[in-house]
Amino acid sequence: MSDTVLRTPEHTVPTAFTRAQLDWLPWLEPLAVEAMSARHMASLVDAARVKSPYFRLLARDPDALEARTRTDKDIFYNPDAGLPRAERELAAAATSRFNGCLYCASVHARHAATYSKREDDVQRLLDAGVTADLGERWNAIVAASVALTATPSAFGPEHVDRLRGAGLDDLAISDVIHAAAFFNWANRLMLSLGEPAAAAGS
Amino acid sequence: MSGTDTDVIDALVGIAPGSSLDAIRARRPEARAHAQATYRALFTPDTPGNVSAAERFAVGAFVAGLHGATAVAAAYAARVADSGAPAALKDAVDAAVKEAKTHGPYGSYAAGPLSREDAAGPVYRVGAATRRALGPRLAAAFEHTHMLVFHPRDAAPAALQALLDAGWTTTDIVTLSQIVAFLSFQIRVVTGLRTLAGHP
Repeated sequence: MSDTVLRTPEHTVPTAFTRAQLDWLPWLEPLAVEAMSARHMASLVDAARVKSPYFRLLARDPDALEARTRTDKDIFYNPDAGLPRAERELAAAATSRFNGCLYCASVHARHAATYSKREDDVQRLLDAGVTADLGERWNAIVAASVALTATPSAFGPEHVDRLRGAGLDDLAISDVIHAAAFFNWANRLMLSLGEPAAAAGS
Repeated sequence: MSGTDTDVIDALVGIAPGSSLDAIRARRPEARAHAQATYRALFTPDTPGNVSAAERFAVGAFVAGLHGATAVAAAYAARVADSGAPAALKDAVDAAVKEAKTHGPYGSYAAGPLSREDAAGPVYRVGAATRRALGPRLAAAFEHTHMLVFHPRDAAPAALQALLDAGWTTTDIVTLSQIVAFLSFQIRVVTGLRTLAGHP
């Protein structure tokens, strides 16, 4: 059978950025679990991701998926110094807010709120957008993420200065760069291979 | 960027062994190794499937050109020539970049409170002469690539249907999407780290 675009089931389209759990519905056919080889399974890295249609779709190119996931994990979870976890998530949420990826923004705004305990500030980023006033340190991280996300890039030495002025060392600045850059990768896949849906029953 | 053993980001940023950025990248060793592994998977894959090396590097050069990332674009364009593609393909990529270049991100949201943030911008259709040089399969890929680079929130099933109609399979589309999305990462890491290195 030739490949086709999937018709999504009846669903509620989210129309605002939210920290609530969203579903994601694929527009192309993910691999069927029973059709996945050992290589496909290994490319998920976390076995539990076999439940996710997003990761089973990306598993069609397993080497790219596995390398993507291992890059992601080190940028966001490596505990060795640099930018605190909450602020790596803030950079991810700000990038997703600016690109317009409601799904990615929901996940990483939840993480940013959980790790920072600054739910109100994170919600203000979602509601008002990337120019919301979140205090100078967070403003500097958001502004740098947004400048790097623009195409062509608007990131310059003034962003480095502002981040240093806010107390970030060069490893932390590198973490901001990597977190924002990574979400320019993730947002494009999430936005273009399927769509978000309000979680069933919510 | 000629060999697959050279770290592409290090080469494009100009990170010398023992430099402060070398030390910073060494603190995130998995990210460094797997950014490079992603490059290998997408540009020099063990099993290329239906997506040719010329197609992969042509899309790469187009993405970098759209970003105005001159050094990165030159590196990928050189690999288009190495891939055995006719010289006309590299010229067609350059022509497409000139036709398609704009500023992003823009696009529309689902109708609702976010509609006030809708920002209009061009939808790229490859020009007739460029289309003849690219062929229909790569022309469809370039139109999709432009959307992914500049206005990804306009993505819709119809865009994927256009790729299927031009001969891209579902698996090919996953690979194409990863190439564009990964380069959107790689180019920003290069831009960011070059800025940091140039501002000690």
